[in-house]
Amino acid sequence: MNMKLLGATVLTLATLLFNPVWAEDAPAVDRTATGGAQTLEDIMARQEKLKVDESFRSENLGNPGSAAAITEQLGTRGGVSDADTWRGIRYNESDIKTQARGPAADVLIQDGGMPWYKLRQGPIITYGGGALLGIIILLVVFYFVRGKIMIDGGPSGNKIERFKAIERFGHWLLAGSFIALALTGLLTLMGRSFLIPVIGHEAYSTLAVGSKWLHNNVAWAFMLGLVMTFCMWVAHNIPNKLDWQWIKAGGGIFSKSHPSSKKFNAGQKIIFWTVMVLGVSVSLSGLSLLFPFEMPMFAGTFSTLNGILGTDFPTALTPHEEMQYANIWHSIVAFAMMVAIIAHIYIGSVGMEGAFDAMGNGQVDREWARQHHDLWVEEVEAKQGKGGST
Amino acid sequence: MKVMAAAFVAALIIAFCAPVVLNQFEWSSAEQGSSTSVRLD
Repeated sequence: MNMKLLGATVLTLATLLFNPVWAEDAPAVDRTATGGAQTLEDIMARQEKLKVDESFRSENLGNPGSAAAITEQLGTRGGVSDADTWRGIRYNESDIKTQARGPAADVLIQDGGMPWYKLRQGPIITYGGGALLGIIILLVVFYFVRGKIMIDGGPSGNKIERFKAIERFGHWLLAGSFIALALTGLLTLMGRSFLIPVIGHEAYSTLAVGSKWLHNNVAWAFMLGLVMTFCMWVAHNIPNKLDWQWIKAGGGIFSKSHPSSKKFNAGQKIIFWTVMVLGVSVSLSGLSLLFPFEMPMFAGTFSTLNGILGTDFPTALTPHEEMQYANIWHSIVAFAMMVAIIAHIYIGSVGMEGAFDAMGNGQVDREWARQHHDLWVEEVEAKQGKGGST
Repeated sequence: MKVMAAAFVAALIIAFCAPVVLNQFEWSSAEQGSSTSVRLD
């Protein structure tokens, strides 16, 4: 796969999601009637999703130094304007002192909550859920069009060890925890929309609390599985010229041929790197969510991206905005992983005769191995001094 | 299949142990934003 194209696509999608670059600028507003304060036109422009230049209020913070003293008859704050103060708080320009402790305690107002909530409850569920349904439908259609990929000439009955116990353990640790994370993540994301109307608030509450506990804690097993599989298989997943031949032949899926392959073919390598790259990304954003406000990473990432690509991602983020970005990114990456893994599960189970054995008991039929991983079989047989089941 | 079952059990064991271990390092997200030393003066 062309990684540059993939990277550009991901970046474009992220830009479209996070930066409403398509929003038109609102027409200039005459604010003399309000003394420079917000007008109905400003409010209406925001409702129409137009870009409103907020500088008329973000920079209108008054001058407390010239205000009347608190000893005068103006209350405890003297002549300092409440509106100026709240605008300062609203635009993070005030020196906030609170009795509450914590990394985000000095942010009293941030307005990213509703856009985050709407994005999460709207496009994320719609497109994410749509992608899951789409891949399932695609695979069902594929199954009926192509049918199960069988071993040509049938199984030989002679077995060869495909994966050692430790490899299978790492795979299933990753797979089992991922399925648990995917299901509990979907429950958390979609439960409010789809489950509460069916099972009610009380039943959903119990389910949601359990899901949250499992999601937060089984994540460590996922990360361990990710590290294990990376260490065990990265050497076998370095792309080479053979992969291009495999891709040109479409993996032999439609031509019913068997392009040469070592331990992992190009399709498996794509899955491997997809899982690794997305797995690291989903883990990092997950850690950021697991330890709220302790691991902000989007301001730094955006700053780096802006420096390299000349984009205009926001770099001054409140702790809450960091969490909102982490949550949205976590969902997007998780959906992308789910789509890839559903396809992987299909081809590793109902889609191909003999494939599940590789991870089931580690022993695959030698004929299956010759047809799908001929060069790997030659390597193994050369090491074993030709032939003999393992 | 035994290895698969063992991995699933291991995932659950890790899930049960994780909060205990994290609490040893005071890495509990539940503690965020609260403090026993809030001053009201």
